[in-house]
Amino acid sequence: MKSSGLLAVGENSENIQVQDKPLTIAGRIFGSRLIIGTGKYKDYQQNADALTASGAEIVTVAMRRVNLSSPDDPMLVDYINPEQVVFLPNTAGCFTGEDAVRTLRLAREAGGWSLVKLEVLSDPKHLYPDMTETMRAAEMLIKDGFDVMVYCSDDPVFARKLEDLGCVAIMPLGAPIGSGLGIQNKVNIRLIVEQSSVPVIVDAGVGTASEAAVAMELGCDAIITNTAIAEATDPIRMAKAMKHAVIAGREAYLAGRMARKLYADPSSPLGGLI
Amino acid sequence: MNITLNGEASEIANQLNVTQLLNDLSLMPAKVAVEVNLQIVPRSVYSKTIIKDGDRIEIVRFIGGG
Repeated sequence: MKSSGLLAVGENSENIQVQDKPLTIAGRIFGSRLIIGTGKYKDYQQNADALTASGAEIVTVAMRRVNLSSPDDPMLVDYINPEQVVFLPNTAGCFTGEDAVRTLRLAREAGGWSLVKLEVLSDPKHLYPDMTETMRAAEMLIKDGFDVMVYCSDDPVFARKLEDLGCVAIMPLGAPIGSGLGIQNKVNIRLIVEQSSVPVIVDAGVGTASEAAVAMELGCDAIITNTAIAEATDPIRMAKAMKHAVIAGREAYLAGRMARKLYADPSSPLGGLI
Repeated sequence: MNITLNGEASEIANQLNVTQLLNDLSLMPAKVAVEVNLQIVPRSVYSKTIIKDGDRIEIVRFIGGG
């Protein structure tokens, strides 16, 4: 810092340190609060480039049958290295607890790790989680030694039950999967944040950077987004925007926003007017 | 010998183990997971696991997802 104590605009802004605890999930520490998906991209190369731009350290992945008629198809692991980025296997497409458990056991065998994203869906039209099946699957998985990050409805009661079961992250939807409608129920997300002692991660619904910031300003510990980046006109640029939005939202949450007022309150003093 | 491989009826040689099956399919064992009759086969026992007539085999891998 200059001896005058004055900073030019933008100068040294990165050097002003404010303390924050890193995101910690099941004892693992992450530097980024953005988790991105790996679906819907033009190709795996674009996905890998978006990952780099996003700074994310965790990616969600799906398990599917190998296409036996073309074993030489490009593989995700050839573009995104599971030794450098945490692969978070999901259970997308599972509609029963048994399906979800079966899928994640296979994922654990393929990847060799136990941190997983559980999602048990209901109606394909809204892809809302089936919370009864989700609870049952979470219980089975936890008994089997998995660290379960759980996609759930934005209901604080179920969120509490899932935490009590031993889930390592509570991941309520902001809006239906792939809809990009933003955080629809801010009150519930805030209530879940306030009551939870494990990370709360908005999973689904974020459509653009400002909506990621909204989730973070509510106090969420991280966000997961797939479609908002993959279906942007320029996914790489959107990945970068999301990175900044998550940081901005987190900082704003930690800073504590000003009180909302009903009427104007001038920023310049009224005394000494000429 | 007839098996069901990823949901499709398939004919393979007798007495194949999982390592040989993956090899015949040009698949790298490190990049897939294998289930036989709903039971996961750990990678460490691929070469000792002999495939039997009528087995239902699933071979899966990670792909992009949200």
